[in-house]
Amino acid sequence: MTAATRPALDSGLPTVRPARLSTGTRTVLTAVLIVVCLCMLWEGLKAFSESVGYALDVGGTTVDLTLFNDAQLPHLSAIVGAFGEPSQRGGAPLYAMLFENALYTFWAALRGFAIGGVVGFALAVLFAHSRLLQRGLLPYVVASQTVPILAIAPMVVIWMGRAGALEWSVPIIAAYLTFFPVTIYTLRGLTSVPATALELMHSYAAGWWAILIRLRIPNAMPQIFTALKISATASVVGAIIGELPSGIQNGLGIAILNFSRYYNQSPPRLFATILAAGALGIFFFVIVALAERAIVRWRVQESL
Amino acid sequence: MTPSSIVTAAPIIAIKNLSKTFRTADGADVHALDSINLDIADGEFIALIGPSGCGKSTLLRMVADLIPPSTGTITVSGKTAEKARKDRDYGFVFQSATLYEWRTVIKNVELPLEIMGYSKDERRARARAMLSLVELSEFEDKYPWQLSGGMQQRVSIARALAFEPRILLMDEPFGALDEMTRERMNNELLRIWGAMQGMTVIFVTHSIAEAVYLSSRVVVMSPRPGRIAEIIDIDLPRPRGTETRDLERFFHLTSRVRHALRGGVSGGGMNE
Repeated sequence: MTAATRPALDSGLPTVRPARLSTGTRTVLTAVLIVVCLCMLWEGLKAFSESVGYALDVGGTTVDLTLFNDAQLPHLSAIVGAFGEPSQRGGAPLYAMLFENALYTFWAALRGFAIGGVVGFALAVLFAHSRLLQRGLLPYVVASQTVPILAIAPMVVIWMGRAGALEWSVPIIAAYLTFFPVTIYTLRGLTSVPATALELMHSYAAGWWAILIRLRIPNAMPQIFTALKISATASVVGAIIGELPSGIQNGLGIAILNFSRYYNQSPPRLFATILAAGALGIFFFVIVALAERAIVRWRVQESL
Repeated sequence: MTPSSIVTAAPIIAIKNLSKTFRTADGADVHALDSINLDIADGEFIALIGPSGCGKSTLLRMVADLIPPSTGTITVSGKTAEKARKDRDYGFVFQSATLYEWRTVIKNVELPLEIMGYSKDERRARARAMLSLVELSEFEDKYPWQLSGGMQQRVSIARALAFEPRILLMDEPFGALDEMTRERMNNELLRIWGAMQGMTVIFVTHSIAEAVYLSSRVVVMSPRPGRIAEIIDIDLPRPRGTETRDLERFFHLTSRVRHALRGGVSGGGMNE
């Protein structure tokens, strides 16, 4: 672009350049760049530690760098390579085994997300319409989240086992982590309605149901989706933790448990499983974010 | 104080000894309105004007039954204000357009019709007719943020008129618009009022010119506590247009309103 074709006022104002990359492309490029930087940091630390013999002298004190040796922090190439190797002697390759288990965990997380979403939403609607219930029950909702999920998970497994619905124990543990953000954010969205928007409804003599459906819920949609994005990742964490005491033999939680037992023999397999769990969480998050884009269309869209 | 014009037929809105006292958060009582008496005839265009804090918006909201009076009564064609609201006698236009951002323009106009149980076809037809009345037909599928402030306010007027209320209550609807847009909107409003046969309008404003230009009577209010200082008949010929603003009678009436606002005696031209 030459100076002649440039707009007269270009200081501080965004100018349109013809060959500008789209926002989506730039997002992807940034993400790739960050991954490349992290990989370089990872391998750089390993290479540096190896070069100084895993001990660094800093002003008289020796810093132990054995954390970065191959047994503790495998090479990235070893982690990537592990995906193609058999997960156990004579078994299917690790990637196939992880995919199958991720699918199993995803199904449990999805059910937990749905239960937690519905329960969380219902509580928010209840609290939005009854100050008394909100005062009485909200402290317990908050307290429920301070109890460690690890303490609750075994009890849920026992209860659900007695009830003959063991396959629902993991979803329910996931739901326990999911409902809370939905309740808090939805309640905020339902109650933060502009005063005149509410007066408008009163001028039509609208009932509480019409106000809920036509004003409060649409008004809360951005907050609801913020909550659902948090809940999507929380449900994956909840499902993985729920699998640990469940006695079920499938899922990423069980894979993490198994590979951590054999960590000394083969660290890359645990790292590969952690990567798979992370990918599952991101996958779920992206689904919810895409749903938000499709549903909350009236806003000027921000990126994911 | 000049007597108000004689209302021959039974008034559509009768306000008797209306007072409003607010209790603030620190427990102090604020006397917002004191013994308001006002009769409004069917089909009148009333402008309520007064300085900030004179309670004109409060008065409008009490007529709309959005806030309750402390003492006194409001009778709307023989009913209480609450009954009138539940009978959907009121259309209300706020200072901000108050459009629902998640609804397109036409869906915003359809909102009251949905709540009042009109059929889908009827809703669409009425909303289309109202958008054509405010000359925004080609914008029906746009979202509110895509419109200018003046256009948004026209949508909110279309929405208020969609169910053909008998009474239109407007709370400084053009207060946020620039002078040029405001004058254009004044003409629009008079045209729309003419199209809505026999509709009664109460219009709250800060602007003397706007009050005189639009109304058949200007109710001038004074603050602390809010009282009616004077009611001035506006006998400018209709239809009114740009040339109305140049009439000597127009200047005379605006200076009368200005004097009433200052608590002075009528007559004698004073400039702002």
